[in-house]
Amino acid sequence: MNLTSDQVVLWHYGFLKLNETIVTTWAMMIVMALGAKLITRRLATEGRISRWQGALEIIVTAIEKQIKDVGLDQAEKYLPFLGTLFLFVASCSLCIVIPGYKPPTGSLSTTAALALCVFVAVPFFGIGEQGVVGYLKTYTKPTIIMLPFNIISELSRTLALAIRLFGNMMSGVMIVGILLTITPFIFPIVMTALGLLTGMVQAYIFSILSAVYIAAATRVSKPKSGLQSQPGPNHLKPAH
Amino acid sequence: MDSNTVIAVVSIATAGLTIGIGCMCPALGEGRAVATALSSLAQQPDASATITRTLFVGLAMIESLAIYCFVVSMILIFANPFWSHVIAQTGGK
Repeated sequence: MNLTSDQVVLWHYGFLKLNETIVTTWAMMIVMALGAKLITRRLATEGRISRWQGALEIIVTAIEKQIKDVGLDQAEKYLPFLGTLFLFVASCSLCIVIPGYKPPTGSLSTTAALALCVFVAVPFFGIGEQGVVGYLKTYTKPTIIMLPFNIISELSRTLALAIRLFGNMMSGVMIVGILLTITPFIFPIVMTALGLLTGMVQAYIFSILSAVYIAAATRVSKPKSGLQSQPGPNHLKPAH
Repeated sequence: MDSNTVIAVVSIATAGLTIGIGCMCPALGEGRAVATALSSLAQQPDASATITRTLFVGLAMIESLAIYCFVVSMILIFANPFWSHVIAQTGGK
């Protein structure tokens, strides 16, 4: 039994190997990019709005609202990154209704790449918001003693992001595969439906955790005044 | 028993123990989290959006522990590095 779709090599020439994960990822990227291009080709602000534009607007505004709720006030600045993460992970897990499809997020390389994007994006946005010195100072909050722990948590949460998504997706595929050999009729469908649910939840979690990490890195420390300014709407604490 | 058998027995037993204990403790934790969230939802229905989001993030954190255990046991069964090492050595002889 294959643990991941990395082990299915479709084509190789010399040292170049093309495994199933790469093919599915690129197919997914092409479908999503072309779909977005086709839908946004004729945007209308008045008169009759096409159904697809309506659907996209719902998705985009919902993501924007979620980002704002986490505490990032300039949501449109982070929308491209976080929205892409969410849409990619969500559509990867939604497509498991297609027979013979294995989600590319069920391979550790894909999820590690996504988590590395978050790992790079956090200091990127943090430095953009508070400058290099200001960002580096956040590592010594609340005291200098916490410096090594902050660095460790930076690494461990990246690992946790990658393993969490990989484990959830891989377990869904594997449970369905095992059930197919035991009870091939009704039960795998139930588990596939459950897999759809967990896939959506994981996509939500992945993007909301990235948003929380970015929010923790970009939060500008306000100078202490006698009157505490009203606390932000709902600040989530950074997870680790 | 040669080392093949020892590794197989230990791997399978450890995989079972890992997933067993590793499911039990996060399940207890998740149950406590959900129970607390439900009671605070009943007290303050207005804050439901915040509570639900925090609950989801927290549940994902707890659940990832169970997922780690699952990944470890899957590795022990399907992609055991010690097993492949021994197989490669005996095959090399």
